Amino acid sequence: MHRFTSPKAVGAAATAALLSATLASAAHAANMSFATPGDAYTLDPHAINNTFVLSILGNVYEPLVRRAGDLSLEPALASAWKQTDPSTWRFDLRRGVKFQDGSEFNADDVVFSFDRARAGGVKNMLTTIDSLTKVDDYTIDIKTKGPDPILPQELTSWYIMDSGWAEKNNAAKPGSADNKTETFASRNTNGTGPFKVVERDPSVKTIFEKNATWWDKPVHNLDKVTFFVIPNAATRVSALVSGEVDLIDGLPPQDAERIKTAESLKVVSGPDLRVIYLQPDMARDELQYSSVKGKNPFKDVRVRQAMQLAVDVVAIQQKVMRGFSVPTGTLIAKEVNGYDAESGAVIKPDVAKAKALLTEAGYPDGFSVTLDCTNDRFMNDEAICIGVSGSLARIGIKVEPRAQTVGKWAQQINPPGYNTSFSLVGYTPATYDAHNFLQTIAGSRNAEAGRGVFNIGGYSNPKVDELIAQIQIETDTTKRLAAIKQAFQIIKADAGFIPVHQQMIIWGVKKNIDVVQPADGSLPLRLVTVK
Amino acid sequence: MLRYFASRTFQAVIVLFIISLIGFALVANLGDPLAALLSPDATEAQRAELAASLNLNASFAERFLSFFGGLWRGDFGISYRTHEPVAHLIWDRLPATIELAFASLILTLVIGIPAGVHCGVHPKSMLSRAIMFSSIIGVTLPTFVAGILLILVFAVKLAWLPSFGRGGVVDLGFWKTGLLTASGWRALILPAITLSLFQVTFIIRMIRTQLLEVGQTEYIRFARARGLTESRVWYLHALKNTLLPVVTIIGLQLGNIIAFSVVTESVFAWPGVGLLFLQSIQSADIPVISIYLILIGAIFIIINLIVELTYPVIDPRVLRSR
Repeated sequence: MHRFTSPKAVGAAATAALLSATLASAAHAANMSFATPGDAYTLDPHAINNTFVLSILGNVYEPLVRRAGDLSLEPALASAWKQTDPSTWRFDLRRGVKFQDGSEFNADDVVFSFDRARAGGVKNMLTTIDSLTKVDDYTIDIKTKGPDPILPQELTSWYIMDSGWAEKNNAAKPGSADNKTETFASRNTNGTGPFKVVERDPSVKTIFEKNATWWDKPVHNLDKVTFFVIPNAATRVSALVSGEVDLIDGLPPQDAERIKTAESLKVVSGPDLRVIYLQPDMARDELQYSSVKGKNPFKDVRVRQAMQLAVDVVAIQQKVMRGFSVPTGTLIAKEVNGYDAESGAVIKPDVAKAKALLTEAGYPDGFSVTLDCTNDRFMNDEAICIGVSGSLARIGIKVEPRAQTVGKWAQQINPPGYNTSFSLVGYTPATYDAHNFLQTIAGSRNAEAGRGVFNIGGYSNPKVDELIAQIQIETDTTKRLAAIKQAFQIIKADAGFIPVHQQMIIWGVKKNIDVVQPADGSLPLRLVTVK
Repeated sequence: MLRYFASRTFQAVIVLFIISLIGFALVANLGDPLAALLSPDATEAQRAELAASLNLNASFAERFLSFFGGLWRGDFGISYRTHEPVAHLIWDRLPATIELAFASLILTLVIGIPAGVHCGVHPKSMLSRAIMFSSIIGVTLPTFVAGILLILVFAVKLAWLPSFGRGGVVDLGFWKTGLLTASGWRALILPAITLSLFQVTFIIRMIRTQLLEVGQTEYIRFARARGLTESRVWYLHALKNTLLPVVTIIGLQLGNIIAFSVVTESVFAWPGVGLLFLQSIQSADIPVISIYLILIGAIFIIINLIVELTYPVIDPRVLRSR
């Protein structure tokens, strides 16, 4: 058709296009596209507890209580909540909210979503809940198994689905790996959120459109958002530079300089909630992968302290991460509830003191140990391991990094085997609260208490366990924070973990786009504006 | 003739069974699917429950039998990662890979055969030397470097072509094709060139060597002695006899192109089975990886079978020698 249009017609069309563009900008409506390394591989909000999947779905589905850009709590589908007794929370539900298919939101949907989530991969978020009951159409009560002072924080990724829609489409059960058929909700959505999915090509692209009937006043000015999946980092950067996409996640540190100096682009980076740390095996009587036989050097606190003093996290930040990390002395991020600046202070490397401690412990010539690493999980993970190896070589500990893909690495180090002597691990507390870290990582392994599941090195201190139990039920904020502080101080003194740094989130963004970058790595489209 | 076909087909079926066994054995030890399925703060009980529901604790033989039984019934299982049927996932992606593979095969043939013949017939000409010299690039440059260089030049600097994706796709119901839209064709160019780069140089070098060898043989000299024209000698007599190995190689190359599209697909975010394979490896998505490996094995076997079945047509001596 284009071939036959006269130059005049082309001119007219161009004018029309220009005109409509001006009109569009006058109405502050805009399109935007972004690319990330991976896809939200299911659209079912209850199928899997994966941070990225849930953060993408957070644009479509909504929780009772949501996170603002600075991760503080904001009312979403619940307009207010209060603790009526230590183990009961009452939530007032927002009235007049409609799902994207037009049906009304009420307490029945919350009850339905509770049962559905508890049958799916996200059930972990709701483990402290004993029961959820409907009081009336716009009020629900949640009873917890014991006092749970941080319940609202635990609910920010638990999304509400319409019961009528799910039942009509035979999706009342969440998708799971052992289902015989896929569920309707894996590919289709019906939330209450600011955007709706209008087109979906799994692992290729997903197109969102603004939900015109959203209950909240939009901050964004987006009409249509296209989300592309581009696994290769170099291609992703190229797509940004060539203007095919407006924003990319996972900008490699080595490309950040180039983006910074580009005329129309900017780098948006900030600390991530994830903390990267090293953990030695303190549980076995003999290490599996070490030159030391018959005993476990990591059981000696002096050896662990020596290693802590030898690892130079600032050098790793400068040399390996090109500045894109926040070195830390503790195991939770600054943005996590319970962070304490005193424990967070970076440990200054002191090679002489480290050597002396090692000699005192009976290893004047050091020893060798294998360090288990991923090479595709954390930012520059393999390079960090090589850096750590260099650091520890200074005190005679010969570290051999063994880098594997995350699946293989996890198979080896994860429970129930914990087959590692020394590993590089990263963790983000799911509730953005210190208790989740303590319970999962630092508590003594105890399957019954659900404690220390991911305590790869088997660190164990009864005092810490006691504090964890106390923190879990303490409703007085000051006392709770004091207990958290104490726990992290003990852990630091024990040197059961060697903190490395907080990772950073690095985005490449077109200059005309304003974004908010929360520390949990999500991209809330509701806070994006295109100028 | 019939016996020849029957024995070849029977062999293919046995090889396919062995491939599915090896594929499954490899994949079963690839990684922990639970790590990708559970959140890190999952309890021991939750791990055990999921492992039981996925039948991960059963013996290897038991799991293989149930897997193979499923294959037999046409049930390829459910992806651990996306919770979609594996057959559906792969079928969704296969058109992209096949279109890319054929595009680069056509490029390979259109560029490779004439260039190879030229280099074989006129090995000393300037053009031949230039071709042979530049073919070194194709042999030595790794696919992902070539792909990224092409992106930098044609997508970033010149902005002529897209750097990723497949462009507009038309769903024909049974086949999603990118060949019916202009953006689909534009998106195909860079990945097809990247994927064919190695193949082209391979074909050029092979045809050249074959022709140089044939050029020394007695019958070519006799043909010359009989006073046949140079072009008749080369294009009728010599080329015919170089064809047999070339057909085999081209057939196997097609298998290679499909199998090695993994790298190209990941560089260009080309939504084919190769990219699916990479994404599945990361999360130890056993059902998808097993089926992918078996599929690639099957493609090789089928291509090989077709190639072997065409031998007697090109060269009747294959049958006579039996």
